[in-house]
Amino acid sequence: MVSIEGEVKKPKQLSIEDVFKIAPLEERIYRMRCVEGWSMVIPWVGLPLAQLIKFAEPTANAKYVEFISIADKKTMPGVNIPVLDWPYVEGLRLDEAMNPLAIMAVGLYGEVLPNQNGAPMRLVVPWKYGFKGAKSIVTIRFTEKMPQTAWMKAASSEYGFYANVNPTVDHPRWTQSTERRIGGGLFSPRIKTQMFNGYAEQVAQLYTGMDLRKNF
Amino acid sequence: MAIIYQPSKKQISWIKSGLFVAALIPLARLVWLGVNDDLTANPIEFVERSLGTWTLVILMITLSMTPIKLLTGMVWQIQLRRMMGLFMFFYVCLHFLTYIWLDQSFYWMAIVKDIAKHPYVLVGFSAFILSIPLVITSNNAMVRRLRERWKQLHQLVYLIAILGVVHFWWLVKKDIREPLAYALVLAVLLGIRLYYKKSSDTSMAPVSKVAA
Repeated sequence: MVSIEGEVKKPKQLSIEDVFKIAPLEERIYRMRCVEGWSMVIPWVGLPLAQLIKFAEPTANAKYVEFISIADKKTMPGVNIPVLDWPYVEGLRLDEAMNPLAIMAVGLYGEVLPNQNGAPMRLVVPWKYGFKGAKSIVTIRFTEKMPQTAWMKAASSEYGFYANVNPTVDHPRWTQSTERRIGGGLFSPRIKTQMFNGYAEQVAQLYTGMDLRKNF
Repeated sequence: MAIIYQPSKKQISWIKSGLFVAALIPLARLVWLGVNDDLTANPIEFVERSLGTWTLVILMITLSMTPIKLLTGMVWQIQLRRMMGLFMFFYVCLHFLTYIWLDQSFYWMAIVKDIAKHPYVLVGFSAFILSIPLVITSNNAMVRRLRERWKQLHQLVYLIAILGVVHFWWLVKKDIREPLAYALVLAVLLGIRLYYKKSSDTSMAPVSKVAA
């Protein structure tokens, strides 16, 4: 069950079947760029996040959406190790979340999402680094203030709230100007990383006037 | 202290041959995985990191010969040290070759920028460069020629090991458990040396007083 809470008209509990009824599922083939320098082209199955948000009926106070993942110690032994402050938390500004490119994925390669890829549903925000795509979401909370994400809490100087793919702003420890496309084999060269992962036309207007060096 | 095990000359040469073959297993494994198209979804990163990991492992083995001597009194294993040091260099060369060839496609501008701009690359590169003089001076003739200075020069290996572990530490995203394990092993290996050096210094002190 997914809990919808915070700045909404009425908190709701949704099952995955309820989510299926919100909007017809569609296939979206997106590039995914990891903050650690690899990328991959992935056919997702999901529904526009905007549809889910409309269904949730946020109030006028809602400025951000927070996504909280499950942290079940029994089935997910990794969360016993304090690498991050579990559960995994991610967030988007409401207008980012409403962008038509953002989806809530429930499937992958035409199949139901496997556990390791974030079943039953996960976020896919193709113009941001892969870690923004919170997996196995159990809570969607609308907030007035910017949520503190798990990576911001762990290393705020390295992972910002926005985490837009940006070849001109390096990670403090490694380059972001190029990437390795998965599937190319041992001898395929790196390719140039594109601004907003190649989705600038669709999303650049969300950030007009913002210093993307500061808001990394 | 009691010497635990003292192999004969012949046995030592067998142990050495065995170790030589064992040290080639990590490379053979990569070749095997490569032939079977089994180098994970990100083969270049896998090969690069595997070679880096084995460089560190072999370096730690190299650095453990003296602590074994200090702890047990055994000295024969020191005869294996040079070979392991050279294997460390063999793996770091393959690691570096993977980096400049498979990872960076010999794109020199990007390589220079990467080394200059990113501390983890710089410390790793420094460790690699610093290991070159040790390899050049590793034969018997150089040991004889340089005498005391050879010992001083080869103390560089401590710095190389520290840089190597830092290189790994700074490269991981957040889960530092693996580099931490190498840091702890290195701390123990260097700690044993320091402990014995300190206790031998203090036990020498009265002697030098008498001499004075």
